[in-house]
Amino acid sequence: MSFLNINNVTKSYGSIEVLHQINVSVEEGEFLVLVGPSGCGKSTLLYMIAGLEDITSGDISINNRIVNGVHPSNRNIAMVFQSYALYPNMTVGQNITFGLEMHGVPAPEREKAMNDVAKLLQIEQLLGRKPWQLSGGQRQRVAMGRALVRNPDVFLFDEPLSNLDAKLRVNMRTEIKKLHEKLKKTIVYVTHDQIEAMTLSTRIAVMYQGYVQQLGTPKEIYDTPANLFVATFMGSPAMNILPAKVVVQDNRPHASVATSEGNTVLLPFSQANLAAWQGKDILLGIRPEAITDLDGADRKSSNIVNLQNRVDVTEPSGSDTFVTMTLADRDTIARMRADVSVAAGDVFDFAVNMDKAVVFDPETEERITEG
Amino acid sequence: MSSAQTQSVRTGRVTRSFIYLFLLVSALFYLLPFFIMLLNSVKPLGEITGGNMMAMPEVFTLEAWKAAWSTAQVGVEPTGLRPYFWNSIKMVVPAVFISTILGALNGYVLTKWRFKYDTILFGLMLFSCFIPFQIVLIPMARILGIVGLSGSTYGLILVHVVYGVGFSTLYFRNYYAAFPTELVRAAQIDGAGFFQIFYRILLPSSGPIIVVCVIWQFTNIWNDFLFGASFASGSGAPMTVALNNLVQSSTGVKEYNVHFAGAILAALPTLLVYIVAGRYFVRGLMAGSVKG
Ligand SMILES: Nc1ncnc2c1ncn2[C@@H]1O[C@H](COP(=O)(O)OP(=O)(O)OP(=O)(O)O)[C@@H](O)[C@H]1O
Ligand SMILES: [Mg+2]
Repeated sequence: MSFLNINNVTKSYGSIEVLHQINVSVEEGEFLVLVGPSGCGKSTLLYMIAGLEDITSGDISINNRIVNGVHPSNRNIAMVFQSYALYPNMTVGQNITFGLEMHGVPAPEREKAMNDVAKLLQIEQLLGRKPWQLSGGQRQRVAMGRALVRNPDVFLFDEPLSNLDAKLRVNMRTEIKKLHEKLKKTIVYVTHDQIEAMTLSTRIAVMYQGYVQQLGTPKEIYDTPANLFVATFMGSPAMNILPAKVVVQDNRPHASVATSEGNTVLLPFSQANLAAWQGKDILLGIRPEAITDLDGADRKSSNIVNLQNRVDVTEPSGSDTFVTMTLADRDTIARMRADVSVAAGDVFDFAVNMDKAVVFDPETEERITEG
Repeated sequence: MSSAQTQSVRTGRVTRSFIYLFLLVSALFYLLPFFIMLLNSVKPLGEITGGNMMAMPEVFTLEAWKAAWSTAQVGVEPTGLRPYFWNSIKMVVPAVFISTILGALNGYVLTKWRFKYDTILFGLMLFSCFIPFQIVLIPMARILGIVGLSGSTYGLILVHVVYGVGFSTLYFRNYYAAFPTELVRAAQIDGAGFFQIFYRILLPSSGPIIVVCVIWQFTNIWNDFLFGASFASGSGAPMTVALNNLVQSSTGVKEYNVHFAGAILAALPTLLVYIVAGRYFVRGLMAGSVKG
């Protein structure tokens, strides 16, 4: 059995079921990120792990113990809240040691634990201050210190970075990752930011409308999304989704796609089993970085297709240049090297890496898997 | 203060003068009677009966104050108001304390430990704020008789607590509604129990609303006459009832100077509470509605 096991868990508020049959298992030392749009039920699931919300059905176990009905303070978990939830009337030091005090740890031990954590997080000089005298980043650290000092089995984070400005968010993200690599603690982390999910996690659970849409490593989620929702939610800019028809030519399945110039091009699939879809409509998913200029194409790919199309807009971002074109009547974004020479209105030679393409059934919106 | 200034709307010079004029007239309107009471309480009786109420005292004397406090005839006894002042204190302090604590607990439960029908319960408690005193006099007398508290200070305390808890609950519920629930959850995870969360986390942050509640309850309970006159008899009566007896029981000449002094004595504690704590009063009323 895994370290943290969420087994067939559902949650209802009155007659409304907001989480349906959730199954997630987390190994010790893993960094699991729950990601999904607002209202998908991530916080609710986290609160159920914490014991702050009742479980309607199913069970949750931590470290081989079913914790349904166990009080939050006895689950050996610690939580970092979105608003940090620092006690306003206490100093930083008192905030950090309050949990230990409530658990009856004697004062000298509390003092030592507090100093260790303060040193680890470099907040020693803040211990005597009140929360309102701290900056956002400092509050964030204190909140983490309060969680760390308990030395819990599982850390729960509810959108801990969403109140920070963009730059600080990136710094703190790195620090959380460092901390995880150093302490090797089990973490469940809620965010709606897919970049945070990709960078921090060892595994991601993508949630939508109360279901776990896909559970997998960041690479699995990114390269082989289970369905259209996961494909478009993860990645920025989002994956291009093009309606296409499957055409078999020279014994090989191709996607037939309309270009901006009124032609159709045939893009050969790397997946042989798509021949079974001959004549049917599919949705072709191509990530922006799989569409480049010819020189920028991935040398390791065995399936680069040349495509001529008119450029609608170019958006240089400094590190990359994003090029928008119309393909299959959809705005399609390509991600190119910054110094590529391309201008709006040009007919340009694009290179499409079909090894990276994924295909969805337009009826079920599920990915059509290989083999 | 600077932030308050930048937020305030700029008003023109003329508008501003009108506002100040209006405030000045209002202040005079309320201060004048008080001033006249003060003025006449330090005159000998002869100056009042023989002369002008508005005139400055020719002889300054504190005799009337001394009489009102310790020797004047109240009812049948020449005790002055002193024993009744202590009656009032003995009633007001526990009643204010208990109703404030109960209100805080109610507010805590109604916002942080929500349960089914909690809003209905709150509605019913609010309703108690609007029941006129007169309606409950007879049932209350019955109940006090049954529990054996009629005619005692404890009975009065009970009555005032019951009446006060509606308002104090209203104050604390609204204040705690703006208090972040995540703090309570964090404390739960930290292992704090129901009462620990209350007095370690919520109460220390409740200063402003406690002040509001105390001022409100103190003023109401101290100034109450009806309950005092109905449920406390003779030597157990509170200050307000005693003041009435003082004024009523003067046989022969009416000692206006003593009456004035007595009335000011009766009003002094509420005045004092407001002056000491009033600074926080407005702040507390505004808290929660404005952030920062
Ligand atoms: N007390 C409640 N009563 C009824 N419905 C609730 C309650 N709390 C949450 N919900 C519903 O449960 C669903 C999941 O809420 P949850 O807070 O878990 O979303 P979330 O994924 O954390 O979203 P966000 O990113 O906005 O925080 C939402 O549709 C919400 O409306
Ligand atoms: Mg949430």
